[in-house]
Amino acid sequence: MDRKKVTIDGNEAAAYVAYNTNEVIAIYPITPSSNMGEWCDAWAAVNKKNIWGMVPSVSELQSEGGASGSVHGALQTGALTTTFTASQGLLLMIPNMFKIAGELTSTVFHVSARSIAAAALSIFGDHSDVMATRSTGFALLSSNSVQEVMDFALIAQAATLEARIPFIHFFDGFRTSHEVMKIEQLTKEDMMTMLDEDLIIAHRNRGLTPDRPVMRGTAQNPDVYFQGRETVNPFYNACPAIVQKQMDKFAKLTGRQYNLFDYVGAPDAEKVIIMMGSGCEAAEETVDYLISKGEKVGLLKVRLYRPFSLEHFIKALPKTTKSIAVLDRTKEPGSGGEPLYLDVVNAISEKYMAGELQFAFPKIVGGRYGLSSKEFTPAMVNSVFDNLSKDKPKAHFTVGIIEDVTHTSLDFDQTFSVESEETFRGKFYGLGADGTVGANKNSIKIIGEGTDYFAQGYFVYDSKKSGSTTVSHLRFGPKEIKSTYLINKARFIACHQQVFLEQWDMLKDASEGATFLLNTKVDKEHVWDSLPEKVQKDLMSKKMKFWIIDAYKVGEETGMGVRINTIMQTCFFAISNIFPQEKAIGMIKDSIKKTYGAKGDKIVQMNFDAVDKTVANLFEVTVPNKITSNKQMQPPVSGNAPDFVKEVTARIIAGEGDLLPVSKMPVDGTFPLTTTRWEKRNIALEVPVWDMETCIQCNKCVMVCPHATIRAKIYDEKDLAGAPATFKSTKFKSKDYGEGLYYSLQVAVEDCTGCGLCVDVCPAKNKKETKLKAINMAEQIPIREQERANWDFFFNIPDLDRKVVAVSKVKDSQFLEPLFEFSGACSGCGETPYVKLVSQLFGDRTIIANATGCSSIYGGNLPTTPWASNKDGRGPAWSNSLFEDNAEFGYGFRLAIDNHNLQAKDLLKRFASEVGNDLVDAIINANQKDEAEIYEQRERVAALKNKLNDILKTGANGKTSDLKHLLSLADYLVKKSVWIMGGDGWAYDIGYGGLDHVIASGKNVNILVLDTEVYSNTGGQCSKSTPRAAVAKFAAAGKPGAKKDLGLMAMSYGNVYVAKVAMGANDQHTLRAFLEAEAYDGPSLIIAYSHCIAHGINMGTAMQNQKAAVDSGHWPLFRYHPDLEKEGKNPFKLDSKGLKIPLKDYAYMETRYKMLTKSHPAEAAALIKEAQEDVVKKWHQYERLAAYEPEKQ
Amino acid sequence: MDITTTYLGLKLKSPIVCSAGPLSEKISNIREMEDAGAGAVVLYSIFEEQIEHDELELDFRTSDHTESYAEATSYLPTPFEFKLGPDEYLNHIRKAKEAVNIPIIASLNGKSIGGWTDYAKKMEQAGADALELNIYLLPTDFKKSGSDIEKIYLDIVKAVKSTVKIPIAVKMHPFFSSTSFMASELSKAGADGLVMFNRFYQPDIDLEKLEVVPNVILSTPMAMRLPLRWIAMMYGRINADLAATSGIYSAEDVLKMVMAGAKVTQMLSALLKFGIGHIADVTTNLKAWMEEKEYQSIDQMRGSMSYMNVDDPASFERANYMKVLQSYK
Repeated sequence: MDRKKVTIDGNEAAAYVAYNTNEVIAIYPITPSSNMGEWCDAWAAVNKKNIWGMVPSVSELQSEGGASGSVHGALQTGALTTTFTASQGLLLMIPNMFKIAGELTSTVFHVSARSIAAAALSIFGDHSDVMATRSTGFALLSSNSVQEVMDFALIAQAATLEARIPFIHFFDGFRTSHEVMKIEQLTKEDMMTMLDEDLIIAHRNRGLTPDRPVMRGTAQNPDVYFQGRETVNPFYNACPAIVQKQMDKFAKLTGRQYNLFDYVGAPDAEKVIIMMGSGCEAAEETVDYLISKGEKVGLLKVRLYRPFSLEHFIKALPKTTKSIAVLDRTKEPGSGGEPLYLDVVNAISEKYMAGELQFAFPKIVGGRYGLSSKEFTPAMVNSVFDNLSKDKPKAHFTVGIIEDVTHTSLDFDQTFSVESEETFRGKFYGLGADGTVGANKNSIKIIGEGTDYFAQGYFVYDSKKSGSTTVSHLRFGPKEIKSTYLINKARFIACHQQVFLEQWDMLKDASEGATFLLNTKVDKEHVWDSLPEKVQKDLMSKKMKFWIIDAYKVGEETGMGVRINTIMQTCFFAISNIFPQEKAIGMIKDSIKKTYGAKGDKIVQMNFDAVDKTVANLFEVTVPNKITSNKQMQPPVSGNAPDFVKEVTARIIAGEGDLLPVSKMPVDGTFPLTTTRWEKRNIALEVPVWDMETCIQCNKCVMVCPHATIRAKIYDEKDLAGAPATFKSTKFKSKDYGEGLYYSLQVAVEDCTGCGLCVDVCPAKNKKETKLKAINMAEQIPIREQERANWDFFFNIPDLDRKVVAVSKVKDSQFLEPLFEFSGACSGCGETPYVKLVSQLFGDRTIIANATGCSSIYGGNLPTTPWASNKDGRGPAWSNSLFEDNAEFGYGFRLAIDNHNLQAKDLLKRFASEVGNDLVDAIINANQKDEAEIYEQRERVAALKNKLNDILKTGANGKTSDLKHLLSLADYLVKKSVWIMGGDGWAYDIGYGGLDHVIASGKNVNILVLDTEVYSNTGGQCSKSTPRAAVAKFAAAGKPGAKKDLGLMAMSYGNVYVAKVAMGANDQHTLRAFLEAEAYDGPSLIIAYSHCIAHGINMGTAMQNQKAAVDSGHWPLFRYHPDLEKEGKNPFKLDSKGLKIPLKDYAYMETRYKMLTKSHPAEAAALIKEAQEDVVKKWHQYERLAAYEPEKQ
Repeated sequence: MDITTTYLGLKLKSPIVCSAGPLSEKISNIREMEDAGAGAVVLYSIFEEQIEHDELELDFRTSDHTESYAEATSYLPTPFEFKLGPDEYLNHIRKAKEAVNIPIIASLNGKSIGGWTDYAKKMEQAGADALELNIYLLPTDFKKSGSDIEKIYLDIVKAVKSTVKIPIAVKMHPFFSSTSFMASELSKAGADGLVMFNRFYQPDIDLEKLEVVPNVILSTPMAMRLPLRWIAMMYGRINADLAATSGIYSAEDVLKMVMAGAKVTQMLSALLKFGIGHIADVTTNLKAWMEEKEYQSIDQMRGSMSYMNVDDPASFERANYMKVLQSYK
């Protein structure tokens, strides 16, 4: 049969089979598996049918725990059911997995395997999650490539129905889930043939039904539970043979033969590697190479890891085997070895003891590799074989890192390469915003589907959400591609942003005679001189061909703007000679039609124009034989940075993190604060410039700046001594802080992301030119040097004394130093202004529990972190536990702090005579209601500690132990503010149970919900906060239900301070709510409207969206203060001023709503009408609350 | 009493036509217009910018921020099919046609030659009985002469005319150097009718915000004097039907326009102000007046007060201006 070739990634391959062969699909987002659920939701939204002609029910749950519960329920009711997950999500499914397996229920969970959060979270791939499920009773089937993902998804589905054992079908997160490959697509007939109708009916008939009632899930006692557990043995014994049978059936159908253990390599191999996952591909490639060099090596790929068939395993090994290295992509601290290693040792030992081993007991060593998608290359495979060649091979080794603490790592030769010369290899450096990855995915499709070539694309992103760099790795050629690692010998390198040349040594990976394509504004005659010296040297010494294009010029002329994807793609095809130019252009245009056709003729035409204009603007530059530049690569951080930043952080920034040895890493995941300050990213093309004549000194710009790059200070004239000539300063207009003060507004232009929010909110207008405000955007490069000096000067001007700042006014509050600065959040982020505000108001006494999500990523993703300490060394202490437990985590903080405080007070009283009653009383009875009182308490505690230290020196009269404890606890006598932060995915969905419990506890915690109304970090999936009528992933046909009213639910307790705020609508209201929440001695909940890129809006004017959200009534501002009720007042204040505009006037400012009018117009019309009704109903409900008069009750 | 008329080759039961505007966004309003006695409905305009902006906006917003970050390679679901602006409009045409028996005239508003003119064809296929082309081009380019601008108008009309078989009317503005010449040229370029006149909405300044703001003011009865003059001038002298628009509020206004030479009179401001039912009142008054004055039909009076047919044609020309000024003294 001639099957269709498709160019897709692993996630799509799995989703394709899962969707087609299931009836119920329960989903929940988690990287890197989210895309599988997204595909299914998108297909269901257009009523795509499965192989039985039905549209599967696709439902999102509130957590993976919930998804697995629903899967369990649907399975127990006889439906073919599946789910997708990874990492922590899989861990949350474990309880149900025991049940599902215990009840012998057929299902396949598709897992894009990912690291588990330990000392740090990682979204990347390894087998830690899958290995944690070994005892559940699920079968574990591993696929190693995109083709295998599609094939094994079906084999697993067929096998589970016959074996009655549930399956995890897993593949490596990112390396396989996100790798784009040309593969053969299975047909509906293939799927129908593989799935036995009788087995499906048998599965259905086992389902619970009142028509044939049985019960399942009893409780059992010591007398029979054990026996019950042993009943399943025959099923597990039979399972491997069933899987092999299905593999054989599949082979007959498709020609692709798989086995439970697939051996590749020399038939007489003496050294064998045993492993599973995508690393097998690189290992196989290396084995082939080494065999060609005469070596006797082999590789055993483990397909079915559970149930582990000793018989099949032993039979698969060559009888010549003398030494074995077992590679595990996981770590089990404290174990005698990693799981696969132990299984292999066990298998060989058992067979040896049974006398069934047909060769001498081999040397067996185990090693770890590839954690968190760490590269696994042929060089590493080679070093593993080299280790086996030793008399005493290193056991329990690591490979791929420098492990210099316990010295487990194997050395490997970085230059060792097995890549075929027939395979084209290209690397493309782009900006996230310029569309480079999209273009390359497209190129892979064009090549994959337009030729007989094999094709592979893999994409690497940095961890910033703004100004991120992407590197695309493209391979294609006549030979099958098994290189599951990044390209380091490229025949083509493209640099889509010239600024990268000073940051990345990209030509180090160019092979001799390679082509280099540069997007530059510099013309052909002058471009050579504009290159850094190292680039010139590489171009010359490697005899490279050099081409340039001014893609931005072509972009501007054709209306493409900064999205230069089509232009750079055309350049690639024009000079790489994969196809004749004319043919290539025809194929690009066909692809444009396919990609953009649905979006309208104008887009297609613009792209066509871009293609046509590109060739005319593409020039080859003759590489001169002379170095003319002394421009050097930029150091990643300044020389003034602390040692840790220079030795560790800077190397990660420079892309050398892989080379950091273990000894440089903190042992317990503890990192210093204040590191973003050293990473000058210079990502903004334009930055705000202050016009002090027009400025009214309102500090609104400072308040909204998401990146804390625009700051205000007031200071004495003397502080201006030594100011740079261009430093701007003007008289402070207010006398609130004394006479004769000066005011400066300063921008950190190297940290600014250029979002423009500050300019948009500026209320002042230039009287001569109304288009100008008190801050205006200007090109960054011409002012970079001067503003760097100005920033340094400004930074050292003393901050206003916190004790005197009138924090309750927006303007004054913004003189407080932010202790959250320069985060990697999206340009114009709607969350970070709130986070920053917390850091300004309470940062020096705050401890933060941060739910996993955007805020934990821009808050805590290496290399640099934005949380900072002040000049006294105080600042927010921050931690991220999990996604689901954040409220409980922060609650734990409170319990511990309260306990420390009580203990300290108790101990303090025991030292009343030594330190003085007055001091003890003052400390114990301190109010600590404002900054001045907290300052005084700090002074008292400092005095106390001095006295205690003196006593310690002179002898504590038998109370030394108490004294030491008091010293260690004394700081807890100063008020600590606990903040629990996270997004709506956490607060409304996965963490709601915990949040509800914590607010019910009455404890003094402050909960900040950064409500973007979707799961932003994983790409905009629907949460219960998503409003009706908006589209989101997992709600591609529009959210049909109303947004959950979390505030109202919290208010029902009566003792919770609740506020709903939107800074863009009323910044003073926001400030007041934050101050009230923190001051309230009980639980507080602030729900903060956070605009987001997932709304499909202009982020530079997003505060207007906030205002419209409030004006429409979608986001009514209110505060509920339990203390008011004690005063006989209504605790609820509705702070919005009525429904000023129709909902659609707000909603259709945003693509998330508007899109539905384009994809599902009729549904959109109905939903927006209902959503308007929601708003009115809710408003009336709030009005009734606001009208309550306690005195009259 | 025969108040039927023909316009663009269409037989209308009344010379009162609803002008392009927001009222026709709702099918229920269109039904009400028919019930109140409207001869035809010109649907709200679909704009060239809207068609293209919608496409660009959607493309930009759905592709912005994509493929930049490992955890989220996109932020919005990507539907497999979009119904872009024109599709919505086309559906609206279909629904309007199903809802009423009176002719539905689609309105296309643009300012340049481009792919958007293809939508005329789609409007025809969707069932529009005719097309009103609203060329809304502010001549702000210092390098373009009057004749350059006129050429753009004529080219657009030719381009649209070449794609459709249904009649087209051009809604023209009164600011050409030679209104007569342009009217004639537009007719030669293919316009089956001329709608006089388009109003360019003039912006205002918000003194509080120091912003230029749109400020739509409904036309007043005074506004009808300008089209009145030019319809009277054009009647019988060019090969196109004439439609009057701007400031038509009452039966008297309709009568005056028809007498000047209009085949139809288009109403919008009056309907926004008094409601759609106003059409019925005007119709009643129109018939009453005709009965009182013993007119048999609209056709009978059409053009009776036009330049061609009045005893003092100069009163429509400059001399009239002199007289007005002198009378003011």
